[in-house]
Amino acid sequence: MTTDTLPHETLARPRAAELAAEFGLKPDEFERVLAILGREPSLTELGIFSVMWSEHCSYKSSRVWLRELPTKAPWVIHGPGENAGVIAIGDGLAAIFKMESHNHPSFIEPYQGAATGVGGILRDVFTMGARPVANLNALRFGSPENARTRRILDGVVRGIGGYGNCVGVPTVGGEVNFHPAYDGNPLVNAMTVGIAPADRIFLSAAAGVGNPVVYVGSKTGRDGIHGATMASAEFAADEGDEKRPTVQVGDPFTEKLLIEACLELMATDAIVAIQDMGAAGLTSSSVEMAGKGGVGIVLDLDHVPQRETGMTAYEMMLSESQERMLMILRPGAEEQARAIFEKWELDFAVVGHLTDTGMIEVRHKGRTEAIIPLAPLSDQAPLYRRPTEETPRQSLLDAATVPDPVGLGAALETLIASPDLASRAWIWDQYDSTVGGQTVKRPGGADAAVVKLEGLRRALAITTDCTPRYCVADPEQGGAQAVAEAWRNITAVGARPLAITDNMNFGNPERPRIMGQFAGCVRGMAEACRALDFPVVSGNVSLYNETDGRAILPTPAIGGVGVLEDAAQAVGLALAPGLDLVLVGETRGHLGQSLWLREIAGREEGAPPPVDLQAERRNGDFVRAAILSGAVTACHDVSDGGLLVAVAEMAMASGTGAVLLASPERVPAHGWWFGEDQARYVVAVADGAAFLARAAAAGVPARHLGRTGGQELTLAGVFSISVERLRAANAAWLPGLMKA
Amino acid sequence: MGALKAGIVVFPGTNRERDMAIALERATGRRPAMLWHRDAELPAGLDLVVLPGGFSHGDYLRTGAMAAHSPIMRAVAAHAGRGGLTLGVCNGFQILCEAGLLPGALLRNATLRFLSMDCLMRVERTDTAFTAHYQRGQIIRAPMAHGDGNYVADEAVLDRLEGEGLVAFRYVNDKGEAEPAAALNGAARYIAGIFSENRRILGLMPHPEDLVDPLMGGTDGLPLFESLASAA
Repeated sequence: MTTDTLPHETLARPRAAELAAEFGLKPDEFERVLAILGREPSLTELGIFSVMWSEHCSYKSSRVWLRELPTKAPWVIHGPGENAGVIAIGDGLAAIFKMESHNHPSFIEPYQGAATGVGGILRDVFTMGARPVANLNALRFGSPENARTRRILDGVVRGIGGYGNCVGVPTVGGEVNFHPAYDGNPLVNAMTVGIAPADRIFLSAAAGVGNPVVYVGSKTGRDGIHGATMASAEFAADEGDEKRPTVQVGDPFTEKLLIEACLELMATDAIVAIQDMGAAGLTSSSVEMAGKGGVGIVLDLDHVPQRETGMTAYEMMLSESQERMLMILRPGAEEQARAIFEKWELDFAVVGHLTDTGMIEVRHKGRTEAIIPLAPLSDQAPLYRRPTEETPRQSLLDAATVPDPVGLGAALETLIASPDLASRAWIWDQYDSTVGGQTVKRPGGADAAVVKLEGLRRALAITTDCTPRYCVADPEQGGAQAVAEAWRNITAVGARPLAITDNMNFGNPERPRIMGQFAGCVRGMAEACRALDFPVVSGNVSLYNETDGRAILPTPAIGGVGVLEDAAQAVGLALAPGLDLVLVGETRGHLGQSLWLREIAGREEGAPPPVDLQAERRNGDFVRAAILSGAVTACHDVSDGGLLVAVAEMAMASGTGAVLLASPERVPAHGWWFGEDQARYVVAVADGAAFLARAAAAGVPARHLGRTGGQELTLAGVFSISVERLRAANAAWLPGLMKA
Repeated sequence: MGALKAGIVVFPGTNRERDMAIALERATGRRPAMLWHRDAELPAGLDLVVLPGGFSHGDYLRTGAMAAHSPIMRAVAAHAGRGGLTLGVCNGFQILCEAGLLPGALLRNATLRFLSMDCLMRVERTDTAFTAHYQRGQIIRAPMAHGDGNYVADEAVLDRLEGEGLVAFRYVNDKGEAEPAAALNGAARYIAGIFSENRRILGLMPHPEDLVDPLMGGTDGLPLFESLASAA
């Protein structure tokens, strides 16, 4: 093979060092670049190294910890390392899913940041051969009193809706929290779940020397250059505006065409390997595909479809223009593939071929712009075991020592209208949740979204969960709780939890306290995943979520997926009259880090409720079996806000009230009703006595809570509040905030 | 079960074609044909042409404006001109208006936000191929999901629609009364759907096709498709 062995032009040493620092490479990382190349890099090469070695692409601070997470189970087909995780769900089908952050872009330009976040995660899923069937999103915003929060929330919701509604994938669930710690760093984590035949999964490892490298989708422009590097740095206040040019612009219509064209081509045998051009665009897709396949790759940028004139090799390699994919085709399949993409009015171009050199060679206008050995680019990527510092443990808070300043009824009314518990309908009402015609449980209807598989009885249950205030108080307990709550929410609809994706959002990992939070959360997650047979199959890490040295709360958002053999067995929240309410699980009255403590007592302190994974598993398995036996009419897990909030949410979902029995004397009343003890569910059943007997036989703690009926929620002698009044208070907060 | 022969027009950005096919197959027992927007002709012997929901060409210009000029729309107009049954839902309704097959236009929702929620509609007449299986005045539920559902037409056209009984469905509250809170999109006279003069074309914004299975929360949409099945 006659090729150049050097780029036509390299940078002089001082200039190279200066640019390396500007691109985010540390001095020792730059030295490593020089050692690998044995010379100074060209500008394009330096760009490639800096994005591939950015935190965003290389996971250099997190990889050593992420290895601790369990990733295997008999139903796992592909764990972390592919574009998304793949699990078997029965009927010969696979669910393909992942959650990914678009935090930094969403702060700078909320609409496009969130929209392209949805677009990117959709591509990660359909690139593996799946038709996307559900989107969810986990959002964290700053203080509601902060005017900027409203602007960001409005833009993010419009962006998610604008993209998801147009591509025709229903947005079926998610979660929203508010806390001042997110003032300068909102979190936008988007999750997509898709379905494919289990024996038709497309992977990214390139193979076949001489095979054509094909570019499809939108044209390449100058947008998003160095987006991955931006996503790996802290902000200074008011820096956001200057960084706007690194935010990409999304086009959901093109994405829709790309989904249809890719799925049409995937029905043939033309594709050897495929990957979307996400962060670091053409660079990461070509480097990762060739690297995984152990081959070399030549790219001729003259053939790259370009939106602007005069683009340089550096700009094309680093552009993060959206809605683009890179594929390796079988030889001779080019024309068949071209016809499909032309039918869908998308660009199609052969931009290179695979080689046996083990190098990536980038050519432009007849000149070599980059020539880098692929193995060291990934093998010698920086890997840091950064110093960690443990978060000091806080002591358990005894409810008996915390005075109740307002009484139960007033606390309930305040809590259900508080930022973290108020109705999210204002948000869901802007997302198309029914397109596809398979949405069995819509947002707010059940603890997990339930989406049926077209033409089958089988359904998926999907949820996103994390309680950051627990994570900051005790990272290990918080990490375990996030996984346990996802498992519980899937269980509460009657589904069998199968696997999770994680989106690890943290501050600056170079600070030991933050790295300690990360390590602690991973430890807790790993323990919960093992105890609950709930492995991690995909994930994403977002670090440096800090502004002016103020970090976000540690937020390991968990996206969980489970399966129901028959969608008709799914249960929701809504109460019907004439049923017994039963509490499953043990209540000690843990008020530490509870919403009651924060919203009513004005304190954020104490240890979070301990997570007992054995009890979690035992109680959950019992509840799921009861649901599948048909004994349960409605079910809700007890989480934020505690037991009384859980019952109120079930009442508000239908309008049917309940009369509750007095709490046991061994627990202070506010601890009983508002404590956030884990591993608990409220179920509505026709025959409470039979249910309690069944629980006793299974060794599961359960207690009769009351009876449903009427239009009030009543605790005899303490309070009686109309469900309509609760609903009005619950519904009013968010629209009120957004009108302000 | 009727043997209604239906075709669903697919524009590149159509996204509710599968929902529509499921509903039609459920009511008629026959899988409808998918028709590509660049085809200039319809298959022979079609009883019903459906323009389903979505974002036909991205709708960056004006919803349905580009789709109305697709090659297939000439064939759809000819089909409608022969008295062939034609149904446009959501983006399909917008396209029918842009193509001049139904009067009026659909503007941005009065809330200036996308609206995705169940709405209630009153069935205004039942002597049509689309509504025969409903009761007159029946209140039915249907999901809506649109950014541009604010139906407008000049006063004379609105008066004519009312006078000739061409309003098919009206947004109402749970008591069956048309009121502003029932039509957040701001539609004139609470109009959710209208017929052509011969009542062989129906355009409506909400999605009856997404409520034809108890598993999805109800079957209020099914009688529309059953009506069509028995009209063939």
